Amino acid sequence: MGEAVKTVTNTPFEEQEYFINMGPQHPSTHGVLRLVLTLEGETIRKVEPHLGYIHRSIEKMCEKDGYKQIVHLTDRMDYLSAHINNEAVCLAVEQGMEVEIPERVKVIRTIIAELTRLASHQLWWGVMGMDLGAITTFLYGFRDREMINDIFEETCGARLTMNYNVPGGLMFDIHPNFVQRTKDFIAHFKKKLPEYDELLSGNIIFRKRTEGVGVLSKEDAISFGVTGPAGRASGFSCDLRKHAPYSAYDKVQFKEVLGTEGDSYARYKVRIQEMWESMAVIEQLIDNIPEGDFQAKTKAVIKLPKGEFYQKVETARGELGVYIISEGDKSPYRMKFRSPGFSNLSALDHMARGAKIADVVTIMSTLDLVIPDIDR
Amino acid sequence: MRAIIDYIKSIIEGIRTLLKGMSVTGYYITHPREIITQQYPENRETLEMFDRFRGEVVLTHTEANEHRCTGCSACELACPNGTIEIISKREEVDGKKKKVIDKFMYNLSMCTFCNLCILSCPTDAIVMSKDFEHAVFDRSLLTKVLNKPGSKLMEGVR
Ligand code: SF4
Ligand code: SF4
Repeated sequence: MGEAVKTVTNTPFEEQEYFINMGPQHPSTHGVLRLVLTLEGETIRKVEPHLGYIHRSIEKMCEKDGYKQIVHLTDRMDYLSAHINNEAVCLAVEQGMEVEIPERVKVIRTIIAELTRLASHQLWWGVMGMDLGAITTFLYGFRDREMINDIFEETCGARLTMNYNVPGGLMFDIHPNFVQRTKDFIAHFKKKLPEYDELLSGNIIFRKRTEGVGVLSKEDAISFGVTGPAGRASGFSCDLRKHAPYSAYDKVQFKEVLGTEGDSYARYKVRIQEMWESMAVIEQLIDNIPEGDFQAKTKAVIKLPKGEFYQKVETARGELGVYIISEGDKSPYRMKFRSPGFSNLSALDHMARGAKIADVVTIMSTLDLVIPDIDR
Repeated sequence: MRAIIDYIKSIIEGIRTLLKGMSVTGYYITHPREIITQQYPENRETLEMFDRFRGEVVLTHTEANEHRCTGCSACELACPNGTIEIISKREEVDGKKKKVIDKFMYNLSMCTFCNLCILSCPTDAIVMSKDFEHAVFDRSLLTKVLNKPGSKLMEGVR
């Protein structure tokens, strides 16, 4: 027996360190996420996320459901990007079905996806302010989000879990009021978005709590797989709408918003800027919705050929991947979701080390975590 | 000296940013017309949901207490979570044995309002109602029989 190279005491915690549980019922974790914080004084030494509190085994449920039924389950993953999740599943299934999707469907899907992104960012903005102690922002964010919810409710039938997509197209055609309502909303929100900046972006307390907090370098963003606005704030060009265009994104002009600093304020800025870009996308499409069918002809029971199908889309939080393995049945053999929230959460430990307890709230908020998306 | 001036400047700048934010809230205090809050439940009488709003599944009945459900169970098969259960029975109609529904069971507490059952119905027997006030004090009240007592299949629907 040789000598141990290094002698370490086998204790889980260093002296002077202690740990506290943040969550699973902490109001600022936005759901049932439990973080075990290892602290030294008030400084974070380690953050360990514990998952599983809202696990519903959506992937397993997919294995017993038909392809039409799977779509509505994905509403319940990242519920703030419900439409985009639905779209991802439909696009993956459509790959296997080999049907020609009408142009009208593609354009409508894109418009509603961008409205979803706007609604998600509005809610995030409101909640972000509230996490940092400004309840006012919550009310303002929800005021504008309500208009989008009305559009959804009128056209899709539900406000949040819309289930508007079916493999092959859309569930119904758009409501006759859809175009006018969307235009009204854009006109309204163009006036109101500068208010967001006035209320929060310039606020000294807000700036002090976000600037330089939770810095994530570009290299780290790539190696942790942080995508979406959080990745782009670190300068990681990862917008799938640009890099792997789907639906009607190849027909529209918009800028991929990139940040450089990678701190909480950069992530905040990227999202605010993205709202402008989303509005630009909608404006380009809303007057040019092609005529045509809202659904391609499909069989009553969809069967995919044997094989593997993968589709990635850009949700409001980052890259969502849908992976289907089919054995030729009417339900998949295996279904896997690559959710943006899970990968983004993995960087939390790295970003929070050395910060203070209050900063964990800021960092989580700017990562824009949706817990059911992480757990599925 | 420089440091003190910077310090005072930062305080003034900070107060300025706070006032800027307050000016927005101040605007809304003085412009109550722009406030969009709804007074629910006071506005219950006037509150109208959108036509496509998915409240709960209902079986439509005519005034003569007739419905259009043939008991084909397509909706039961389309439902992802077993919310609907069609219990059918055999009945003598014009000398022939025919399958008709006995009970159309609908468990509201399990419904995800996905609309797949409505789309799958070949005779458009079921629709989504606009009613959204589902809260009850006992869970068992959420399991409903949708066909009304004594109702029968509408003439000509098959
Ligand atoms: S709406 Fe969906 S969950 Fe509800 S009964 Fe119909 S198919 Fe089932
Ligand atoms: S409601 Fe429609 S789909 Fe369901 S059993 Fe009756 S006829 Fe068939």
